Amino acid sequence: MSWETVIGLEVHTELATKSKIFCACTTAFGGSPNTHVCPVCSGMPGTLPRLNRQVVEFAIRTGLALDCDITRYGKFDRKNYVYPDLPKAYQVSQLYAPICQNGHLDIDAGGVPKTIAIREIHMEEDAGKLIHDPLTGSTLVDYNRCGVPLLEIVSQPDFRSAAEVLAYLEKLRETLLFLEVSDCKMQEGSLRADVNLSVRRTGETALGTRTEMKNLNSFRAIGRAIAYEAARQIDVLEEGGVITQETRRWDDDKGVSYSMRSKENAQDYRYFPEPDLLPLRVDDDWVERERAALPELAHQKRARYIADYGLSEKDAATLTGHKRVSDLFEALADKTAAPREAANLVTGELMRLLNRTGTLPEDLSADSGTLARLITLVLDGKINRNAYKEAVEAVFTEDADPDEYISAHGLLMLSDDGAVAEAVAAVVADNPKSVADYRAGKQQALGFLMGQAMRRLGGKGNPAAVSQALKERLN
Amino acid sequence: MQIDGALIAYLEDLSRLSLSDAEKTRLAGDLTAIVGYMAKLDELDTAGVPERSHPFDHTNAFRADVVGDSFDRALILRNAPDAGDEAFRVPKTVE
Ligand SMILES: [Zn+2]
Repeated sequence: MSWETVIGLEVHTELATKSKIFCACTTAFGGSPNTHVCPVCSGMPGTLPRLNRQVVEFAIRTGLALDCDITRYGKFDRKNYVYPDLPKAYQVSQLYAPICQNGHLDIDAGGVPKTIAIREIHMEEDAGKLIHDPLTGSTLVDYNRCGVPLLEIVSQPDFRSAAEVLAYLEKLRETLLFLEVSDCKMQEGSLRADVNLSVRRTGETALGTRTEMKNLNSFRAIGRAIAYEAARQIDVLEEGGVITQETRRWDDDKGVSYSMRSKENAQDYRYFPEPDLLPLRVDDDWVERERAALPELAHQKRARYIADYGLSEKDAATLTGHKRVSDLFEALADKTAAPREAANLVTGELMRLLNRTGTLPEDLSADSGTLARLITLVLDGKINRNAYKEAVEAVFTEDADPDEYISAHGLLMLSDDGAVAEAVAAVVADNPKSVADYRAGKQQALGFLMGQAMRRLGGKGNPAAVSQALKERLN
Repeated sequence: MQIDGALIAYLEDLSRLSLSDAEKTRLAGDLTAIVGYMAKLDELDTAGVPERSHPFDHTNAFRADVVGDSFDRALILRNAPDAGDEAFRVPKTVE
């Protein structure tokens, strides 16, 4: 008897606004504890929230990119729960009228295309961080993150494997990055996923009882947690047991999930409309303004690179692996009018340097003007390929000035000055036998003479110029 | 609506509060009065009155995405029953 795994995802992404959702505190990551905190985001009585307009704009853009309907008359609701990471004892969220509904995302899981339905996207505020204090055995609370705007993107239970889940997360991350609504740094918690998972016998249509695994913060952890939880549920059911609907915590170090205390499982949030915020009205003009502001997304860029520049699918994928990378490529293509050469540089040498130095694509800061200058130099035959590679590395690692670096290291090729003519004359004079061979029709003699001339020029001769000078001299 | 001991115990649990018997008795009385007062609204004829989530007609009260000063940490922490030099302090939470 075979089993089918059914998965739905709730993805939380921190929005890249400058200030928090309901107050003017900064959203900057880190910072000494409780220094990005004010009476509003620390939940002091008597304060009132004011909605950050940029949060709504980012939410609408995200909804449009995921083909959602945009809710025209929306509001916020209070989700009540008492836990010290939430100083008001409620989270301002959206239950009854989320900003975006009924969207979808097309994915490609190992060559199999699939459409994942998105039930809704809602806006809410992030919670603070709890830190265990080993000195006193108590818990310390840092509210710097409290009130940072979040989008929660809720899929339908359309996934049947970890591979589909990961393909969706990759595509979603890419979409959010290219929209520039989130930096999606999983290591900083700005993209996190809750996994709802159940299993059923193949062919059955009713859903099994699901469990929820919260706050998985790496793609690897998500893949492992899914494999573990599916196997656990199947074991329980095959032994005649029942699945309890519960929240489970994934321990990535031990590779197991375990049930959280039943008290934490008591999910009775007693939602009600947030009276401190006015309703939200989004008219057609607003939606159309956001639609017009939508940037070209990664999959659109890939199609364009392949069609317009004749790039391979693999190179197009590498170039759109991160917004920083495609931005650099497009700037280089634009400045040099040599998109193929620009693509080769980014997918080849720059990727190699990123890997070697352990630099994340989001930290790629190479200057496009500098690199464009090097592309122009190599295409104009001013430097050879080895010098080009060396100079690219110097620009990448030391932020070197290309012209200074090339002249300081004597990388400029000799082409039309007297040195080439002098070298050719000397080689012809020193090698009468090869000259005679060539004139007698032995082509390989030319190769030998060419090599001698290049050696005399210290490897800095422009091969085309040297070859031409040599032929003129011999014929 | 009946505010009985079981409901008080449930709300106590949801709110992570620990109440004395005297407090529970007083709270049951208070809540019965409050809920009873709200129940008076049920007597109104609301047929034909559209449902709404807010008493005001205003919408879209926004602020611009501009960072302002946060509060002095020492001042904020002074409002808490317990705090260290940098953070609020609460009883140990389960992990
Ligand atoms: Zn604040």
